Amino acid sequence: MFGYILKRLLATIPVLLIVAVFVFLLLRLTPGDPAAILAGDAATPAQLERIRDRLGLNDPLLVQFVTWFGQMLKGDLGTSLISNTDVVDMVSDRLGPTINIALMTIVISVLLAVPMGVIAAWRHRTWIDFAVMSFSVLGFSVPVFVIGYILIQIFAIELRWVPVQGYASPSDGIGAFFSRAILPSLTLATIYVALIARMTRASMLEVLGEDYIRTARAKGVRENVVLFRHALRNAAVPILTIIGTGFALLISGVVVTESVFNIPGIGRLTVDAILARDYPVIQAMILLTAGIYVLVNLIVDVSYSFFDPRIRY
Amino acid sequence: MKTLRPNLPGSRTLAAALLASGALLAPAAAPAQEDETTITAVMHSGLRVLDPVITTAHITRNHGYMVYDVLTAVNEDFEPQPQMADWEVSDDGLTYTFTLRDGLMFHDGAPVTAADAVASLNRWGNRDSGGQLIFDVTESLEAQDEKTLVWTLTEPFPPLMDVISKQSAVPPFIMPARVAETSPDETITEYVGSGPFIFNEEEYEPGVSVTYEKFDDYVPREEDPSWMAGGKVVNVDRVVWTTMPDNLTAMNALAAGEIDYLEQVQIDLMPILENAPGVTVEMRDPLGYVTIGRPNFLHPPFDNKQIRQAALAALGQEQMLATMQGDPEYYNVCGAIFGCATPLGDESGSEIVTGGPDPERSKELLEEAGYDGTPVVLMAPTDVVSLVNQPVVAAQALREGGFEVEMQSMDWQSVVQRRAQQAPIGEGGWNMFFTNWMVPEISDPLINVMVNGRGDDAWFGWPDDPEIEEMRAAFVAAESAEAQKEVAVEIQEHVMDNVNYIMMGEYLIPQARRDAIQNMIQSPVPVFWNMTKDAE
Repeated sequence: MFGYILKRLLATIPVLLIVAVFVFLLLRLTPGDPAAILAGDAATPAQLERIRDRLGLNDPLLVQFVTWFGQMLKGDLGTSLISNTDVVDMVSDRLGPTINIALMTIVISVLLAVPMGVIAAWRHRTWIDFAVMSFSVLGFSVPVFVIGYILIQIFAIELRWVPVQGYASPSDGIGAFFSRAILPSLTLATIYVALIARMTRASMLEVLGEDYIRTARAKGVRENVVLFRHALRNAAVPILTIIGTGFALLISGVVVTESVFNIPGIGRLTVDAILARDYPVIQAMILLTAGIYVLVNLIVDVSYSFFDPRIRY
Repeated sequence: MKTLRPNLPGSRTLAAALLASGALLAPAAAPAQEDETTITAVMHSGLRVLDPVITTAHITRNHGYMVYDVLTAVNEDFEPQPQMADWEVSDDGLTYTFTLRDGLMFHDGAPVTAADAVASLNRWGNRDSGGQLIFDVTESLEAQDEKTLVWTLTEPFPPLMDVISKQSAVPPFIMPARVAETSPDETITEYVGSGPFIFNEEEYEPGVSVTYEKFDDYVPREEDPSWMAGGKVVNVDRVVWTTMPDNLTAMNALAAGEIDYLEQVQIDLMPILENAPGVTVEMRDPLGYVTIGRPNFLHPPFDNKQIRQAALAALGQEQMLATMQGDPEYYNVCGAIFGCATPLGDESGSEIVTGGPDPERSKELLEEAGYDGTPVVLMAPTDVVSLVNQPVVAAQALREGGFEVEMQSMDWQSVVQRRAQQAPIGEGGWNMFFTNWMVPEISDPLINVMVNGRGDDAWFGWPDDPEIEEMRAAFVAAESAEAQKEVAVEIQEHVMDNVNYIMMGEYLIPQARRDAIQNMIQSPVPVFWNMTKDAE
């Protein structure tokens, strides 16, 4: 197992290298000029040229790449071209809110979706099944920002239970954190509950038709033990895959929710950096996202063996 | 099969967790209005650049006014007033002597000296177009002693005080000499000013939030505040600017009392705030903004004056402004290239665009000019709300006026890069784009970059227009307000005839505040001195 993990971790190096080269080139081929964002609308072409020189944007592409890559190997992701702030600091400041909201979303999603999926499969073709599947379709279909606005209207504006917007770190107090994280997490959870519930139901339906389930029931094993110990454990592999991918997606793509709830996360950082062509920040964000995907996939793969002993590494 | 009550894993834990979190929620939603010493404001954009001299970005200029002070500043009548310094001009108009007032101190405790002001003016003069004009005729700029600086010119420059006192785009903010010695093409890395607020570097998150603390040692002037001039009396301990990318969220937050102030209200969402108790929606900046179209003088078809005039006839302000703003209360049909409510504002020759559109006149002009159907490549940004509508309306109006139009959609960054290209259309060039300015940024011929006629050295579009350059020189030489106005009217008529740019009218953006926020001064720049916050 340890050898396998090490091998997988080593395999991430070429992946990240390829991503780095690709992103670097792609960004330089995209139209846009960070110097123009920095200098503002009234800057003359000559002023822009001088700023580009200072920022190193007029250097040959190879020189820019070697400089950036050399810094990156030393753990230095550079400085934002726009705000002149260290990129590692910028990203680490913004990572906390995103990870915390993503974790809360996944916890809510799993706690709601797995039982929903199991019950829907168990009560296949009854009104419970239809209700779960209808919720699932709804969760997929309604845009995230609409759910966000509805939740804000009910819980923040009408009932005034929670603030409309903002983020507080758990270190500011668990109450402050929960009150601000609950609505964005519920908003994001809608789609993941739908996804995980569907996957759980499909996976459970397959397993519930197996001979060993019939045998277990014939032996008089209690139904909840059949469902949650025998069936769910065997149905877990595809569910885990969905949860893992969902987490990675949450880390990298929650910009709409971050905007609606005014959460200073990495989704907004990425979009702002792209709009300003802030190359070092975009590069760092894409590398980080690639790294998270690789890591989450590894964790998911390793966790398979805990649920299914037939899977060994 | 027996019925059973499913023993859902974690269901009790979940219920307990939800109950527990529910119990914690209510007290956590502490509204901003409860804290009378802090003002929480949502500004029009996130602060990312902290150097108010390197950029013309409005949010950075606003930051500049919080942290830094200026030697002199225009009041609401566009008249220069002493701020950090009084001044005297020699009879020959060649020597300006500034004397710093007592009690000026930087946030690090060091006194502000004339040497600091000299270094700051030098750096500003490298960046600002008006500043460059002054430095073109500067013989020397020196600190005579700790409190006196002397600016000697080679020839008179009567509008010198107007230029250094201007409120936008780049005012000459005074920094410590060690900071001001940074190259004008590099951003500063130390943020020490002598203004009424201290920048809290530790709490700064670029693009997210910025905190300012009251500078207790700031000595305000005794006069009443007027725009950026007068006494800057701070009545709160902290001001926090926070960025909210979603205007609806910001409005909801204001209605719920989580923030105190919203700099810009999106007009189509106004009803939300109009019905909210404890909230006032109002105009802080009665001058507002202008929206303009800029033709490219280098390439066909707009290298032909008559074809530019045809475009002017084809476009109508009312149509454009109504599409942008909707509610006529928030726009103003105005043909004055220096703004309708400014001292130099004059609408001579603008009937063609204020009364338009006139597609028939446009077609006549095109026929006279022998227009061969060369398409107008119109750059259309898709990601800046205040610039999305103009190209769409213009494309339709130009087509109705007989033009072939190729509207190319792109993000604003691509517009910004492409508009700097002088190449022919087939090689990445362009014919027209639209942008917006605050009225004080276009209010005179030295500030307004679009009336620069220096060809390749002019602003994007590059008109080579010696006539307008002569007029600008005459404006610089004009010794009285009346003489300046005469030249300004000439420039107005020239721009309407030569179509250096197309004035598409003025528009206003309201602000909103909690009623607890009082005494905010009327100004194009939102300022947080003088403002008070009461208990709600």
